[in-house]
Amino acid sequence: MSQPLSSLTPGSRAVVAEILIPPQHRARLLEMGLLVGTPIELIRFAPLGDPVEIKVRGYHLSLRRHEAEQVMVR
Amino acid sequence: MNSSPPAFTAVLTGNPNCGKTALFNALTGLRAKVGNYAGVTVERKEGALLGAAPGHPVTVLDLPGTYSLSPQSLDEQIARDVLFRRVPGVPEPALVIVVADASNLQRNLYYATQVIELGYPTFLALNMVDVARQNGHTVDPAALSRALGVPVFPMVASEGEGVGTLQEAVHRFAAQPGSHRVIPREFNELPEQFGREAQAIEQRLETLFPHRERLAAAEALLLLGDDPVLNSHREIYPEPLVAAVTAARTRLESAGVDWRSAAIEARYARVFAIAQHVTTETLSEGESFSDRLDRLLTHRIWGLVIFVALMALMFQGIFSVAQWPMDALDAGVGWLADRVSTALGPGDLQDLLANGVIKGVGAVIVFLPQICLLFLFIALLEDTGYMARAAFLMDRLMSRVGLHGKSFIPMLSSFACAIPGIMATRTIESPKDRLVTILVAPLMSCSARLPVYTVLIAACIPQTRVLGFLGLPGLTLLGMYLLGIVGALGMAWLFKRTLLRGEPPPLILELPPYKRPVPRVMLRHMWDRAKLFLRRAGTVILGINILLWFLATYPRQPELDTAFDARLLTLVQPSDPAVRTPAEAAARVQAWRAQPDRAALVEAADALNHEQSGERLRGSFAGRLGHAIEPLIRPLGFDWKIGIGLVASFAAREVFVSTMSVVYNVGEVDAGDAAGTASLVEVLQAERRPDGTPVYTLLTGLTLMVFYVFAMQCVSTVAVVRRETNGWKWPLFQLAYMTALAWVLAFLTYQIGRWMAG
Ligand SMILES: Nc1nc2c(ncn2[C@@H]2O[C@H](COP(=O)(O)OP(=O)(O)O)[C@@H](O)[C@H]2O)c(=O)[nH]1
Repeated sequence: MSQPLSSLTPGSRAVVAEILIPPQHRARLLEMGLLVGTPIELIRFAPLGDPVEIKVRGYHLSLRRHEAEQVMVR
Repeated sequence: MNSSPPAFTAVLTGNPNCGKTALFNALTGLRAKVGNYAGVTVERKEGALLGAAPGHPVTVLDLPGTYSLSPQSLDEQIARDVLFRRVPGVPEPALVIVVADASNLQRNLYYATQVIELGYPTFLALNMVDVARQNGHTVDPAALSRALGVPVFPMVASEGEGVGTLQEAVHRFAAQPGSHRVIPREFNELPEQFGREAQAIEQRLETLFPHRERLAAAEALLLLGDDPVLNSHREIYPEPLVAAVTAARTRLESAGVDWRSAAIEARYARVFAIAQHVTTETLSEGESFSDRLDRLLTHRIWGLVIFVALMALMFQGIFSVAQWPMDALDAGVGWLADRVSTALGPGDLQDLLANGVIKGVGAVIVFLPQICLLFLFIALLEDTGYMARAAFLMDRLMSRVGLHGKSFIPMLSSFACAIPGIMATRTIESPKDRLVTILVAPLMSCSARLPVYTVLIAACIPQTRVLGFLGLPGLTLLGMYLLGIVGALGMAWLFKRTLLRGEPPPLILELPPYKRPVPRVMLRHMWDRAKLFLRRAGTVILGINILLWFLATYPRQPELDTAFDARLLTLVQPSDPAVRTPAEAAARVQAWRAQPDRAALVEAADALNHEQSGERLRGSFAGRLGHAIEPLIRPLGFDWKIGIGLVASFAAREVFVSTMSVVYNVGEVDAGDAAGTASLVEVLQAERRPDGTPVYTLLTGLTLMVFYVFAMQCVSTVAVVRRETNGWKWPLFQLAYMTALAWVLAFLTYQIGRWMAG
């Protein structure tokens, strides 16, 4: 059962199951190492609620909620 | 330099934040030559590698940081194009040094393997081994070198550790370039069909670009998998090739292979295996110091409180800490002007040098301490990694106006100067967002406005305290900065909704670990930028001041002078009938200054003098110009003298201060006591309208400052925007909209202020 990355709580870990971001915007995210099967950890949401900070392949990356909603994890 | 043999060029490349700048500095000893690539303003930084044997110079070229060879921004595109030998004027790299961050190995190797595949002789600088160790990862350089097939140099670039070994190896290689055979390597097991299609394209590329044959394999892979590359490079790739690539993609799609992700996934799979193989985990993964710091600095409440406090501290510091060096500089300028005056004796040359050049340029140089402090602060934010957090914290607000948190960084840099700010927009991926950021960046109050605010606040804003501890002057300053921010965000919102509509691409922002800043490097950053300011003072501002002096001094008005000479004689002769000539009368007045009983007379003579200067100015070219624009600025409550200031600061706003000192002849009013700004402020406060009311009231001060917040008065910015946008359209548009905005808002300020005052 997969859920959007944005629905994780801070501190929880998951594995990327599917990336629903439109293809033309997907490439850079993939190149940053966020691929199907990659383990991630949700670190926090920014104080104003957006963007989110995740840990992927040992470093910290920040995405908007809008994109995080289109990254499905399990 | 030019007589040396063609230098061996080593190119430095790597991900952003991997410590590339630190390594570059260590390799070249902070003596970089900074220029631009032909046609674009991407910074081109190169320097001579230290420790070269005579006759064997090595040039190190530092490329902009990039995450991959499929560029998303102008910066990244330059990095790729240099490696693909597409940039005119850049020599072919004889050696590529890839910098990789050992504490973030997988993502750094993703790029490093892409570069290794290009087939250049390659060295890998494995940086940040100290950070990796702290985080519990030990990377085995020998194993990594075997896996990658290139020499690996472990190092801590910021401390200079391990840099020497790399440096020697580069020199050894440069002496015998043939000594190192490059074995072609590939770091991905592609799906079979993808591999076959890539090979077919590779063959086409080899025949099309025989001189770049070696790069064909890597280029084929990028062409096949990188969506935008074909469309954005129609001039490079001929139609048949584009058709072949498109056909190959269609075939892959129907076979169920995702051509966009296949190569990326294959490479990451390989990189992951290599990283696993060469890394030993010595600690179980825990919270690093940086993580704990982030917990505070991006905390829901404390994060914002600290952010606001940091900004407040910055502005408070600029005002209070910078005060004493400014006073000292000010006194120095006054002293120098006096010396020059005495040495030259009265005449046009004395006037030009003392009032036009020294006092004029001095009035701007005095602000160097404030500007250095501002730059130092920004360097601190950048070098510690806090800048990325600022973008993280502010992204939500920026998204309200349709921009990225990434636009926040150029805007924050624009507090120092719009020029580096505009150049920093090169990291913004979307061309529209980049343009919007360029258009609004000059609305952020840059350091050149600081002198204007400082003088006007001192002259017009009462020293009242608010809430017991906040001074009204400081609050006004903060207010002007806030006004600039609100203006910039408002205009960005407007532009994103009208002229430059469009969805921004997703925000992808790395939050690098915090680093202890290196004071030497920070000072260096500060100095590099301060130098630009000084150079401006020595060129543009000097030029404007000389022109201004000329406009304010000519045409000579002998009748006017004769009339005033006669009045001076009538004033002095009753007290001393021996006086015959105006010069004698002036000397007598000087002598009487020491005598208290003559005070009234001296004062009358000074008033006369002041009146004369005023009359002279009114009849000068500058005065006529000021009068000419007076109808335009009268609705804002400005008189013709302020008009002169506005005209003069059209090219550089800080000139306003020096203009005012020329216009009001500050040098002659009270030579001797605290010169420069202090006396300028006094003169401004004493200035009266014909009806006897003061010119520089609270309202005039505010209106003028509002005008300066919004007006585009900077030729250098116009020039940079022209270069960055490749044409005159946008800089002219920007000039027009900002000037209009400045006028309208100043008008509203003045009229509403008058209405409120009743
Ligand atoms: N601890 C540590 N810090 C480093 C090392 N190399 C660079 N830094 C710091 O990392 C930060 C970013 O480095 P910089 O050279 O500006 O990165 P760039 O973005 O790749 O040019 C700076 O504060 C450097 O002082 C290193 O080997 N170890």
